[in-house]
Amino acid sequence: MTGTGKLVRLALRRDRLLLPLWIVVLAVLPMTYAASIAELYPTAADRQAYAAGSASDPSYVALLGPLFGSSLGALTAQRSGMLFVIVGLISVLTVIRHTRTEEEAGRRELLGAAVLGRHAGLTAALVVTCGADLVLGLLVTLGLLGQDLPAGGAVAFGLAFAACGWVFAMVGAVAAQLTESAGGARGIGLSVLGIAFVLRLAGDAGDGNVLHWLSPIGWVQHIRAFAGERWWVLGLAAGATAALAAVAYPLSARRDLGAGLLPARPGPAAAAPTLRTPLALAWRLHRAALLGWAVGLAVLGVVLGGTVDYARTAAEDSKQVSDIMDRLGGAGTFTDSYLAGVMSLVALAASGYAIQAALKMRTEEAALRSEPVLATAVTRTSWTASHAAFAALGPALGLAVAGVAAGLTYGLSVHDVAGQLPRVIGAAMVQLPAVWVLGALAVGLFGLLPRLAPAAWAALAACVLLGQIGAILQLSQWALDVSPFTHIPKVPAAPLAVTPLAWLVAVAAALAVAGFAGFRRRDVPVT
Amino acid sequence: MDDAIAVSGLVKTFGRTRALDGLDLTVRTGEVHGFLGPNGSGKSTTIRILLGLLRADAGTARLLGGDPWRDAVALHRRLAYVPGDVTLWPNLSGGEVIDLLGRLRGGLNQKRKAELLERFELDPRKKGRAYSKGNRQKVGLVAALASDVELLILDEPTSGLDPLMEETFRACIAEDKRNGRTVLLSSHILAEVEALCDRVTIIRNGRAVESGTLDELRHLHRTSIDVELAATPDGLAELPGVHDVKIDRGHVRFDVDAKALDDTLRYLTKFGVRSLVSQPPTLEELFLRHYEGVRS
Repeated sequence: MTGTGKLVRLALRRDRLLLPLWIVVLAVLPMTYAASIAELYPTAADRQAYAAGSASDPSYVALLGPLFGSSLGALTAQRSGMLFVIVGLISVLTVIRHTRTEEEAGRRELLGAAVLGRHAGLTAALVVTCGADLVLGLLVTLGLLGQDLPAGGAVAFGLAFAACGWVFAMVGAVAAQLTESAGGARGIGLSVLGIAFVLRLAGDAGDGNVLHWLSPIGWVQHIRAFAGERWWVLGLAAGATAALAAVAYPLSARRDLGAGLLPARPGPAAAAPTLRTPLALAWRLHRAALLGWAVGLAVLGVVLGGTVDYARTAAEDSKQVSDIMDRLGGAGTFTDSYLAGVMSLVALAASGYAIQAALKMRTEEAALRSEPVLATAVTRTSWTASHAAFAALGPALGLAVAGVAAGLTYGLSVHDVAGQLPRVIGAAMVQLPAVWVLGALAVGLFGLLPRLAPAAWAALAACVLLGQIGAILQLSQWALDVSPFTHIPKVPAAPLAVTPLAWLVAVAAALAVAGFAGFRRRDVPVT
Repeated sequence: MDDAIAVSGLVKTFGRTRALDGLDLTVRTGEVHGFLGPNGSGKSTTIRILLGLLRADAGTARLLGGDPWRDAVALHRRLAYVPGDVTLWPNLSGGEVIDLLGRLRGGLNQKRKAELLERFELDPRKKGRAYSKGNRQKVGLVAALASDVELLILDEPTSGLDPLMEETFRACIAEDKRNGRTVLLSSHILAEVEALCDRVTIIRNGRAVESGTLDELRHLHRTSIDVELAATPDGLAELPGVHDVKIDRGHVRFDVDAKALDDTLRYLTKFGVRSLVSQPPTLEELFLRHYEGVRS
């Protein structure tokens, strides 16, 4: 364990922005949920009606988790259900980031030769992650106390966050020992998280079902914060944390540095006949991420599609909700506005893929992997095009998949698949030009200002903020107009307007052409 | 025949740093040309300009009769490049990378590839992330050497190779030379340079400070003389081109410039030479003198 303290400081230094950011965002959300529920359902009778109605709706329970009462605290706890998955996700990724990723990059070896105990790396990653989870739990508790919720429930709910984070930090610790690649370890960790979510969902689906007791996410929800806390459930999480630690440490002690427990599979000795063009290479580099995003967007489509009909019932329960939905989704019938709003969320996610795919060029350049390729008979334009193709067509595929998934889910819930599927797919695909603008921005930055290329992510963050809270903050129209998503017609609530779409495509094309031209003229590599 | 590489007055700046400051470099067709210089002297920058990856700020560069920036793609079909630090895609096997780079270049000699894999003892089935530094270099070398190209541009290609593999590399380059390939070899390994190179260019701070065959370079430098004389050679230290004279009665040691050697030896015979040992400058001395910046 020697040197753990120094490594903890190193990890905190490296994560000095990321760590506080996710802690604060996750800590603020339960508080805002509590405040908004209190505003929407001011009286006990309102809350009872809401609890008996839409909050008990099976699709709502499936998505968020069970409801254990009609108090403000209990409703807040249910509303925050999805946050446990996010805490788990971040905990898994943070631990792997500071263990296996470091090892794969060879940085761990450099440190390992210094005065450092065998377990220092793993321990430091766990200290940082579990510490962050604990801080998050504390902030959640304080935030809910600030909303005048009962102290016992607030403490239990805060501990539920910390406990969930701890269990999944340990899952990450075990996964990091298994594979040689960080990608493989992330795959294992996220699979465990996915299984935990599905078990939780299945367990809450029917009466007398106990599957959620197999899921750490199920446990922390069944602590029943604000509804007769069952403190002993925390013991399950503590036991799982200890058990997983008891697996991770011996594994870490037995294996060699850099090695994984699962053997690395050898690749082919010769390239397939098709691997002969820049595009074929780009396909090999992009396909895993493309598949991951397509699956993720399909799941998002299913989840959001399942909420459409629920949203209609909820809106009937509350006048305020329908007012807000009107503001978010624009004019037209309620479900159609909601569908348009949902698809703009999907489009933001798809933009994440577009930017990631475009910035892959920057990663390749900085890792000096573009150099040997550009030293062959490959033109810069064809190299750029091979990657940009994924930034352009990947989001189209992602939106289509999400549209089909959401259309099927929604269509089935209202027994009108044939009628709803094309409308929902249309609502998804109409977003594509705005997604292209963000992807093309990343291409443009890569070509012209390569060192600033990651700023494309900042542009996406700005669009998220403008789109999701701009209307509520009543920002002036010119500010909202900065985001390409503002210009997307609210299909199917509004008619398909071609002019704004054409403009967005033109802007995207101009940005992309500027990027291609810039890259043709500049030095490679710029590091 | 035209020179394979003809560079003159090349200038490249990065911000305030002047990486190349009027570099001249000529590589004749069919020769193995050593390109030497301390770290950061501009070797990799020169190579990247020759590959059309960087654009020179001033000066001219001709590669295989073409313009390295404008005719990049056409020229790249005729050359192969190995960087000093071969980086591989983590999810592609070594064999896939070799085939891919070869095909992107316009073709790979499969027979030669199989032979090279064997000679370099490289397992082509490992994934990129699993190779050690030395094995990554081998992937780059096999990909380049198995291509039927006229020119090899090698930027410290043997870094990380063990001595046996280093020997294999030398044998391969020697064969290529016999087959008429031109090679630009940037290297720090003097034995490698001495064994392979017809001519060398030494670069420091972005300028070529010396260029020629190794013999020519040696001639530019001082020879050490250790001589036993019958009498004390008065006035030796005053002769032009004679340096660092140490006289211990009849035993005299000194360094002498190559061009003053003849006169000095004639002078010495007047004192009755009993024995004489002359030592030409070693390559190490030659390079160290340049690397340290001490001009003779």
